[in-house]
Amino acid sequence: MNWTLALPEIVLALCGLAILVFGVVQKKGQPFLSCSMLTIGAFVLTAFLVVVSPDGTGYNHIFVNDSFARFMKLLSLAGGALATMLTVGYARELKVERFEFPVLLLFSTLGTMMMASSGNLMTLFIGLELSSLAIYILCAFARDDVRGAEAGLKYFVLGSLASGLLLYGSALVYGFAGTMEYGAIQTALSATSAVPMGLMIGIVFMLAGLTFKLSAVPFHMWTPDVYQGAPTPVTAFMAGAPKIAAFALLLRVMAGPFGHVAPQWQILIEAISIVSMLFGSLAAIPQTDIKRLMAYSSIGHMGYALMGLSAGTEEGMRGTLVYLTTYLLMNVGAFAVIIAMRRKGRAVTGIADLAGLGRTDPGLATAMAIFMFSMAGAPPLAGFFGKLMVFYAAINAHLFGLAAVGVVSSVIGAYYYVRIIKVMFFDEAAAPLDRRPLSLSFVSVGMGIATAGFLIVLGPVSTAAQAAAQALFR
Amino acid sequence: MMTQIVFYVFATVLVLSAGMVVSARNPVHSVLFLILAFFNAAGLFLVAGAEFLAMILVIVYVGAVAVLFLFVVMMLDVRFAQMREGLQRYAPFGAAVGLVLLAELALAFSHWQVAADIASVPHVVAAPGRTNTAALGDVLYTHYVFLFEACGLVLLVAMIGAIVLTLRERPMGRRQNIDRQHERTAADTLAMMTVPLGQGVAANGGFRRPEQSYYIASVPGSYGVTAEPVPQGKPAGAAPADGAPESGHGADNHGGLAQ
Repeated sequence: MNWTLALPEIVLALCGLAILVFGVVQKKGQPFLSCSMLTIGAFVLTAFLVVVSPDGTGYNHIFVNDSFARFMKLLSLAGGALATMLTVGYARELKVERFEFPVLLLFSTLGTMMMASSGNLMTLFIGLELSSLAIYILCAFARDDVRGAEAGLKYFVLGSLASGLLLYGSALVYGFAGTMEYGAIQTALSATSAVPMGLMIGIVFMLAGLTFKLSAVPFHMWTPDVYQGAPTPVTAFMAGAPKIAAFALLLRVMAGPFGHVAPQWQILIEAISIVSMLFGSLAAIPQTDIKRLMAYSSIGHMGYALMGLSAGTEEGMRGTLVYLTTYLLMNVGAFAVIIAMRRKGRAVTGIADLAGLGRTDPGLATAMAIFMFSMAGAPPLAGFFGKLMVFYAAINAHLFGLAAVGVVSSVIGAYYYVRIIKVMFFDEAAAPLDRRPLSLSFVSVGMGIATAGFLIVLGPVSTAAQAAAQALFR
Repeated sequence: MMTQIVFYVFATVLVLSAGMVVSARNPVHSVLFLILAFFNAAGLFLVAGAEFLAMILVIVYVGAVAVLFLFVVMMLDVRFAQMREGLQRYAPFGAAVGLVLLAELALAFSHWQVAADIASVPHVVAAPGRTNTAALGDVLYTHYVFLFEACGLVLLVAMIGAIVLTLRERPMGRRQNIDRQHERTAADTLAMMTVPLGQGVAANGGFRRPEQSYYIASVPGSYGVTAEPVPQGKPAGAAPADGAPESGHGADNHGGLAQ
């Protein structure tokens, strides 16, 4: 048995346990900062191990490592590390200054890595649960905060329901194929010409469970409340790694075992994509709270990313992967700016609180403007290339209606992104924001540079995405 | 023949105790009958040769679930008598629902068909001389070891979550300083006294345990005591260990720690 395939996961899990013990032993000191640093270190170490990990399947086809898994794992590790960095600055003010916080982030990221490597419906489910369970706790981490507790509880109840749907779907698929391995399901599916009703229902249930984790319409109801209530670094994390991992599952399951019945589910993905894009852009317009706005924006972005999947081609998958990369960059950056929004020691999250930021804090305002333009899809920023690639794939797959809806909704979406920029640069200046800690400046500047200069790394990223997409279709 | 007798014994007791679970007046009796029912179900599993399921049933259902029920029943002040008041009124509805369910089940099972080629479906065949438990352990720790460990992590995360979300450091929490607890000698907390025959302690003026003997091994801040406890070995006003009847100075002992 080739157990070394899962070496990154094993090392990350052991690091998590070690950091947990370190934190408990250190209890009297201030273990939060040191645990956070150790967690970031563990992420970096694991990322290195992921890069050098070999291809193959191990553990009796439960675990798969290929270039697709590596791509997704690197993305979710980056998401986890950046979210940990975001907590460092205002941990005490956000009431998350306990060493369990980075440990839970670490375990959640570990779950997302397992999801990316799943070769079996059981791995899928357990990875998803590991990642989700940690996030439920993180949402309610500031437990004396009513909104945080509400967010945690809401996400827990709805998330458990979604897990139940997913499990039921898996059970139906198992009932059809008699196995839970992706490869064997694929073989069983290619042997039959007609798709039985039970299998179809199973696929739909699995889709429902996974799109819930993506917060795509019609399973998006939890998103605004949870995003608003959870501590902001947790929101930043939730919008990053777990969504990427859910996408990894969706791509792997749909392209792999269910690839033969693509015409049956493509229309479903297409519909979800259309309504997500439209709903994300229209519902964001009346928002006054920037965290809620980001929630609706993320619903829309998931719609665009699903566009690549609904094309069902290698090109589409590549587009989705590049889209997710750009989304991660600009999303983390935008959340770094949101965390930095504090006035007189209190967090402010209204869009109006950004007024005049262009004069009081030009650096932060410029970074935010870059992220907003990028999310709107303005060239030559990162978001533009992601959108370009998924639109291109959709048109090549003759999904003209989908592409048209995408263009229209990005025009609508541009309105509220540009409105934030207008508020920052052209409105009456409000009182200046507090001085922000170095870590937030670091993350926002770093992500700003990465978003603005994405063109430089576009080549390597799309090559890696291409290799990853090829691995899916092999 | 013997197997059948065993089966019927277990099955009869199971059904009877299940009936007692719903009909017992005292909820604690209900839970106890539930435990009896679980044990008999485990016995039925044993008869069927599924010894692993039997063990799991006893460990999980009797060991955890039923005890949890017992705790809930005993700790919550549920007015069971009040809950039973409507029994007469609701009985017809309950019976109607039961009848509908029975009819549906009868319908479902009367049309139950076993596929003709069921025999061709490959069944897992136990190797001779292997128990279920050994066979399960074989796959669990080889084929599925990755998932097994991952499940362990899921449980760990759940445990961390339970602690993070509920544990509060209370000033009145009673925690021990382990080092000090180990260093403690009998003289710190114990006074040997010779009480004359026929007289109680009260007749000798009473004796009070040295006040700081409660705190001597406690972590500063616990027991609601903010000051550092008096270092061990110098207990202020502790009774000498030689057995002299030092009594009646309970009031003096108060000052030991409270300042």
